[in-house]
Amino acid sequence: MVKAKVPTKEILAFRFLPVIAMLGLLAAPLVLSDFRLSLLAKFLTYAIVALGLDLIWGYGGMLSLGHGVFFGLGAYGMAMYLKLEASGNRLPDFMGWSGVDSLPWFWVPFHNPVFAILMAIFIPALLATLLGYLVFRSRIQGVYFSIITQAMALIMVTLFIGQQPLTGGTNGMTNFSTVFGFSLADTGVQVVLYFVTVACLALAYLLCRWLMHSRYGRLLVASREDENRLRFMGYNPAPIKSLAFGVSGGLAGLAGALFVLQVGLITPSAMGIVPSIEMVIWVAVGGRGTLWGAVLGTLLVNYGKSTFSETFPEIWQYFFGALFIGAVLLFPGGIAGFVRNMLDRVFVKASPPKEIPVPVDRNPSGKELESGVEVT
Amino acid sequence: MEKGKILDLQAISVSFDGFKVLDKLDFSLDYEELRFLIGPNGAGKTTLLDIITGKTPALAGKAIFNGKVNISSQSEHKLARLGIGRKFQTPSVFGSLSVYETLEIAVGFRDRPGRFFQKLKTEQVECIKETLEKIGLTRKARTPAGILSHGEKQWLEIGMLLAQQPQLLLLDEPVAGMTRQERDKTGELLQAISKNRTVLVVEHDMQFVRQFANQVTVLHQGQKLCEGPVQEVQQDPRVIEAYIGRKREKAA
Repeated sequence: MVKAKVPTKEILAFRFLPVIAMLGLLAAPLVLSDFRLSLLAKFLTYAIVALGLDLIWGYGGMLSLGHGVFFGLGAYGMAMYLKLEASGNRLPDFMGWSGVDSLPWFWVPFHNPVFAILMAIFIPALLATLLGYLVFRSRIQGVYFSIITQAMALIMVTLFIGQQPLTGGTNGMTNFSTVFGFSLADTGVQVVLYFVTVACLALAYLLCRWLMHSRYGRLLVASREDENRLRFMGYNPAPIKSLAFGVSGGLAGLAGALFVLQVGLITPSAMGIVPSIEMVIWVAVGGRGTLWGAVLGTLLVNYGKSTFSETFPEIWQYFFGALFIGAVLLFPGGIAGFVRNMLDRVFVKASPPKEIPVPVDRNPSGKELESGVEVT
Repeated sequence: MEKGKILDLQAISVSFDGFKVLDKLDFSLDYEELRFLIGPNGAGKTTLLDIITGKTPALAGKAIFNGKVNISSQSEHKLARLGIGRKFQTPSVFGSLSVYETLEIAVGFRDRPGRFFQKLKTEQVECIKETLEKIGLTRKARTPAGILSHGEKQWLEIGMLLAQQPQLLLLDEPVAGMTRQERDKTGELLQAISKNRTVLVVEHDMQFVRQFANQVTVLHQGQKLCEGPVQEVQQDPRVIEAYIGRKREKAA
């Protein structure tokens, strides 16, 4: 895949787009109803996942089909704190139903919200880094990596359902009441949480941007293009790729923690294979390899999903399917790829860049064919 | 351990599915030597390079680099950092990275990982600029490597090696598929980079070999057939025998 260069002035204009988008998001509480705002907040947490996914897939060429796991782990970390807070001095309700009579040891530190938030990011990041390192060290690439991540999603869901006394089983965790002592049902608290989500998205965007604009970002792209070549240049691709995977996992965990605060519910089905694949679709529709594309794709796909499901409750999934097939067939580069192509067309016509290679026939006589093949 | 050898292979054997690609091969290179490696298809030339760069493990035998490094116990990227550079037969550049970005990766290959997030040092930037001049791609520094012509890609690869200054340089068919002009320029580049280092070139193009080679090693069926100055090797009846049924060297 070759990215043609857009002249610099246009790139500068592009730089302001995230700023404008940011202002739009900050103004959203003024115009949206409470319901719509909480919906948007949920989509924004998804956008954080998409950023991380784009990092590894768009830049690093690693397609993870198990990102729901990292999202889910972050969500469970946060939910454990919320559940303890809601239960007061008693055991969480589902533990009582399963006959647990004292709080399991690993639950205890989750009384502390800061610890819970840190763990919601750290544990998925650690799991992703370790899994990544083991997989990449063994030079497992491409579709085999995807299959392993998918297996991980399956294992995790089974584990969380099976450990009902510790995790709430199929029903997951819900019935939260307060966060930092503030009621989650309060509209003002929801607006604050919305702003926190916007801030987290902005930070995640800046982090990804910084990473991808550094030399590290180029190394990651190089590992996507030709991992072996990179090796013979003196770099070990395994830690390079594991770091990206770890950051991606951490971002998904952060998103999961925010998601629980918005939605008030987490179940194992949110971390399974189907939601994991949905995450990939957001990035595919938005256009992998550009960060803003991943964010935009997430918002549009989820907006479409909720609109279709409201208007056509019975058949919306067919619309949804058609949308994906259409997007993949007509815009293989996603929305971002489409926009970039249009820009290239407009600007290349207006001012042809100097770097378009002109095919030159350096050897019109074709003489080189006679020499040099005596010994083969 | 022999002194004065940059590379010393002793009784190296490699086999794929029972087929012996290299059979108890002894092979060594002196410091700052320019050596050509020729031989019919399937002689094991590329496999030999794979052994030296750690890509393929040897079934038996010893491979010593620089008098102390045991090649078979090191991974590819460590060998590259120790100073074994390789140019592949087909140009393999990172298509979506620009020429400049590619050299940036090449020049920073010994940096510790923490530096990947910082700017290059001034001398590294200077090195990139010099390299761009040498390979004649200064004007194309911002061009994605994927849209360069075949010859330009080869030069970029040579530039990557120039920036890394390997002690031992392995080149697999550096002029294959090139036009005459491209080949001449490549020849000049090769002469420039073979100063102060050991270079091992695998090449089919006999004209090119005659132009640059002094020492030639002929491989045949995984074994060393003969070794010596290019004129001598060309006259050797065993070499002619190995190539029988193929086009014979006209000058011979």
